[in-house]
Amino acid sequence: MLTRLLGRAGDAVDDTLENLLGEPFADRMGRVPLALGSSGVDPFGLDPEWMKYVILAIATLHRKYFRTEVNGIRNVPTGRVLFVANHSGQVPIDGALIAAALFMDGEPPRLVRAMVEKWALSLPFVSLFFTRVGQVVGVPENATRLLSQGEALLVFPEGVRGISKTFDQRYKMTEFGLGFMRLAMETDTPIVPVAVVGGEEQYISVANFDGLAKLLRAPAFPIIPQVFFPGGQLPLPTKYRLWFGEPMRFSGDPDDDDSIIEEKVWLVRQTVQSMLNRALKERKHIFW
Amino acid sequence: MTESATLRAAARARLPSLPPSAGGAVLITGICGRLGKQLARALHRERPVVGVDRRPFHDKPKDIEHAQVDIRRKKLKDVFRPGDIQAVVHLGIMHDPRASAAEHHSWNVSGFTKLLEYVSQFRVPKLVVLSSANVYGPQPSNPQFLTEEAPLLGGQNFSDIRDLIEVDMLAQSFFWKLPETETVILRPVHILGSVHNAPSNFLRLNPIVTVMGFDPMIQVVHQSEVVRAIELALMPGIRGIYNLAGPEPVPLSRYIKILGRQRIGVPYSLARMVMGRMWSLRLTTFPAPELDHIRYICMVDDRRARQVLGFTPRMSAEETVLSVDDGRW
Repeated sequence: MLTRLLGRAGDAVDDTLENLLGEPFADRMGRVPLALGSSGVDPFGLDPEWMKYVILAIATLHRKYFRTEVNGIRNVPTGRVLFVANHSGQVPIDGALIAAALFMDGEPPRLVRAMVEKWALSLPFVSLFFTRVGQVVGVPENATRLLSQGEALLVFPEGVRGISKTFDQRYKMTEFGLGFMRLAMETDTPIVPVAVVGGEEQYISVANFDGLAKLLRAPAFPIIPQVFFPGGQLPLPTKYRLWFGEPMRFSGDPDDDDSIIEEKVWLVRQTVQSMLNRALKERKHIFW
Repeated sequence: MTESATLRAAARARLPSLPPSAGGAVLITGICGRLGKQLARALHRERPVVGVDRRPFHDKPKDIEHAQVDIRRKKLKDVFRPGDIQAVVHLGIMHDPRASAAEHHSWNVSGFTKLLEYVSQFRVPKLVVLSSANVYGPQPSNPQFLTEEAPLLGGQNFSDIRDLIEVDMLAQSFFWKLPETETVILRPVHILGSVHNAPSNFLRLNPIVTVMGFDPMIQVVHQSEVVRAIELALMPGIRGIYNLAGPEPVPLSRYIKILGRQRIGVPYSLARMVMGRMWSLRLTTFPAPELDHIRYICMVDDRRARQVLGFTPRMSAEETVLSVDDGRW
């Protein structure tokens, strides 16, 4: 009885995914360049069986809930690539949608990896989940290895400063970290700038409660009035727009002085900012 | 002793073609362990083998010479005196978590220091030390694959491993103290097979207890592959530190599935408490801090062993993990 029920649920998952993807999941997954071993798991612990359910979830967000509009996906080169995006929206849905776009709209489909904080990997279930869906600990060795393996990596150089912006600061990027540039130079990886529009309006944060955040040792404590209304706990169904820019290549000594690296980082940051500004100007409405 | 020396000289005469460092006698400490016996069997037809262990060597092949001495004793020097020892393989590291810390430390550290003293005094051209990838320690912040240059942090949460780290460090100091001796340190991942070490014993449990919500990627290597790596390390010209790994890593749950055993997931805090209690009642051989090995990753990058040592593991993950059943009591 139970197995039959589970079997039927499994079929339903497959059907829904096929509808969303326009082809069976296994076919699309098979075209992703991955270093899967004979056991069906890659050396970092990514398991396509787990990916199925994650992709079902993010594909639904991508196509149905946020109805993402994807531009410039053809700019994504094959082989190793580093995506640099603006971070927004209190909850990192932007990362999930970039991943969905690269898997569903890119050809060949790509599975993008992000780097997670090490404390996340000391938590039960969270650690298991992140590992199986291909997220790795944010240490330079892992980033270098993944890129030299020809994988795609997504970074938000703004970090939590970017995601916890208040509404009046929307689409104004904060400072970028320098690590991603040194990584790209060291591994000779093209950087693809990505602008994400729509995230800043999903949760409208009016202020940040810094004292409480410090007390809770959380990175930020945003005040979001909508969560007090019924249904407001869900993000507002804004229309997301993703813009993939042309690949940028940088050369030079990755161990150069901060001042030299900063200039190159500034160039990437300005590119993302101008893509954002243009996308905002073209946008007719927040929700459609 | 004279008799054995002539025996060894005769054995050496049988192998005139080999250079002295490749053909001379090999001294194996801890020869009576399961790994030691396997290594002795692999080597004794090609070159003379001398064993040192305080345990008796049952069913010993006739041409192996065994000195039943404690490596901390002066008597160890007598084994070196004939001057024909051309290589030392140190396997005699005590891993018994039940032994007192003082005994452990004096055996592992003082014993090894003595051994190093004789290696330098008798100008032995080759020293191979079997350390372990456990010296790096399982941590949530570990890179997926640790290189030989990674810091040895194994003692951070598990103090019993500090001796092993000290042995590894002592061997490292030998690189510059005695550059004419080719020192090789091997750091294999969890060794499986008929050996009675913690990972093999763990996989022999039924049901196997795991930590709920964790299923780390794990590397294993079969004992016969380690023996082969030691043989490669004995080749002239090889020196340095080498991580050893077997087949490609898979999650812990896959190994359990291959073995067809039951698996029970227990929350970490409960597992730690129960194991601590069982440990004090002597009901388990696993100290509680070892739980980190089934929570976090401790995997190595074995590129150097593949490229420099020429070590390529031949056994599949299935064969390797199924071999633990050979060693059931």
